[in-house]
Amino acid sequence: MSVLVDEDTRVVVQGITGGEGKFHAGQMIEYGTNVVAGAVPGKGGQEVDGVPVYDTVHEAVRREDADASVVFVPPAFAADALFEALDTSLDLVVAITEGIPTQDVMTVNRRLSETDTHLVGPNCPGVITPGEAKLGILPGNIFSAGNVGLVSRSGTLTYQVVDNLTKRGIGQTTAIGIGGDPIIGTSFIDALELFEADPDTEAVAMCGEIGGEDEEQAAKFIATEMDTPVAGFIAGRTAPPGKRMGHAGAIVSGSGTGTAESKIEALNDAGVPVGDTPEEVADHIEGFL
Amino acid sequence: MRLHEYQAKGLFADAGIPTPDSRLATSVDEVVDAGRDMGYPVAVKAQVHVGGRGKAGGIEIATDEDELREAAESIIGMDLKGYHVDRVLVESAVDFTNELYLGVTLDRGEGEPVVMVSSEGGVDIEEVAAETPEAIAREGVDPAYGLHPFQARKAVYEAGVPGDVARAVSSVLETLYDLWENNDASEAEINPLMVTSEGDVVAADAVMNVDDDALFRHPDLAEMEEESYTDDLERKAGEYGFDYVRLSGNVGIIGNGAGLVMTTLDLVDYYGGEPANFLDIGGGAKAERVANALDMVFSDPNVDSVVFNIFGGITRGDEVARGINDALAQFDEIPKPVVVRLAGTNAEEGMEILNTELVQVERTLEEAVQRAVANAEEGNL
Repeated sequence: MSVLVDEDTRVVVQGITGGEGKFHAGQMIEYGTNVVAGAVPGKGGQEVDGVPVYDTVHEAVRREDADASVVFVPPAFAADALFEALDTSLDLVVAITEGIPTQDVMTVNRRLSETDTHLVGPNCPGVITPGEAKLGILPGNIFSAGNVGLVSRSGTLTYQVVDNLTKRGIGQTTAIGIGGDPIIGTSFIDALELFEADPDTEAVAMCGEIGGEDEEQAAKFIATEMDTPVAGFIAGRTAPPGKRMGHAGAIVSGSGTGTAESKIEALNDAGVPVGDTPEEVADHIEGFL
Repeated sequence: MRLHEYQAKGLFADAGIPTPDSRLATSVDEVVDAGRDMGYPVAVKAQVHVGGRGKAGGIEIATDEDELREAAESIIGMDLKGYHVDRVLVESAVDFTNELYLGVTLDRGEGEPVVMVSSEGGVDIEEVAAETPEAIAREGVDPAYGLHPFQARKAVYEAGVPGDVARAVSSVLETLYDLWENNDASEAEINPLMVTSEGDVVAADAVMNVDDDALFRHPDLAEMEEESYTDDLERKAGEYGFDYVRLSGNVGIIGNGAGLVMTTLDLVDYYGGEPANFLDIGGGAKAERVANALDMVFSDPNVDSVVFNIFGGITRGDEVARGINDALAQFDEIPKPVVVRLAGTNAEEGMEILNTELVQVERTLEEAVQRAVANAEEGNL
């Protein structure tokens, strides 16, 4: 089984006529994802790789019965594209776009709170259920189907950990890149909740990083609500306070909150072993299975 | 992006928040001229991006011209926590009876803005927050509606602000919120907001951090950013468009994706080395960008060894390899040993292209980092 996406997910790609959208729509189709439509204002009637393009997400959903969207719309227009997606009551919206202004995401999330849609991202690599579907930019070939769930704030760190798992024969149910921005749709807790409810997910790898308190909150959730074992990794142990390390969210305030130490301590207290290296995360997961 | 005090104060003043008379100066003579025009006492304040400027000797008050000259000579050109001071703000010193704190920031946990008011201003507000959180009144703002005036009043009264200035302080808080929202700020702060003996309020300091991702819709603020670089390497990183942070070690690090680059830094530390920098080339980097990244890292005189860690998703290993080859081909002798680890999209193609006479190749992240740390140790001998 899987969470969020599977072989039946019907996907509309917002921004399919742009460079990124076109390339990755092709990659998704090649992977086997059921891409049923594109949505780009002013480009209705065109086709990309045999996929029909509509002017609005509403029309794409009505005509092709889509239930998920992947957003490759440039940052300046991304918030509007997300509002449009949320207006169509899709089950899942995956926002790949990097660099959307934080206040824009804040208003999108305010709207999200009034809907039943799952928003993953923004600034994320997407969601993949190996062998069934990928919604996003993840390199499909490093994943393999199996029984480990993966949730991560960082795209490339996701790939690193998956690579460590796959190389020792451990496959994944679903991997969710939730994104590194300070405000995101799906949180660690949301993802962990989905994995806990999935009977096929026997262990979860969770990759966090400095900044914010999401990992600390997740630790509390794991301690009280989860039976599925979780192993963790926290990036940014060596980050100096006050400096932004790439991800908008990855900044440690001077007062001790959001540090790698506080996250590792919270996870350890919740019974979650935290690897010093990605290889050690795979060791812990192997021990659970 | 953090604005300098004088830049933030300019925005605040334009929006109608009372600020002291002030003038920017870059030489001792300009400071003295400003003092003559403005009258005494005046404050001289270093314009650098560090907290606790006062304690570090970056702010002095002068009551006459001799004192002012002395203060200017001690501050201009000084090294303040690693930053060279080349600009000061000369400002009329405010005669105050009371110091308050006002702030607007993003509450990440709630995903909404929060306004904060404290009657204990003029001190390190993070200390107040840690030790006596009840001394700071907070009010969460629903982004769909913005800050209601009643919320501003509520925070001001709950903070115990004296009744005779409560209306003025509420009004400043509402303006501060508008500034935060209209400029895509992540933080806007006044600490202290001074209450004078006449019952007026004056913003004696001004802090504003702006969301880098929103600069495209604020060209006026983007221009200010160019003035705000203080470190040559940071300026260069800004020109190349890299996420770059200079650190104190000697192992130069280049990678793709913030999480993976941070992990590389952590592994350098784990294996006994010290990272010299954080440098994320970002997603989908082409050969030229890779070459620029190498140029950045070689420009840091502290670097003794370099490690490239690329896990391709959207980034292609063959493009990266081409960039590394091109960059290194310019040298008769490679300045520092470079270790490369390529994985993911087109990694095999990259490995075939890579000129292994110029670089050392490792298959795993752990091996690459260990080799780079060993190279740095040898470079230090």
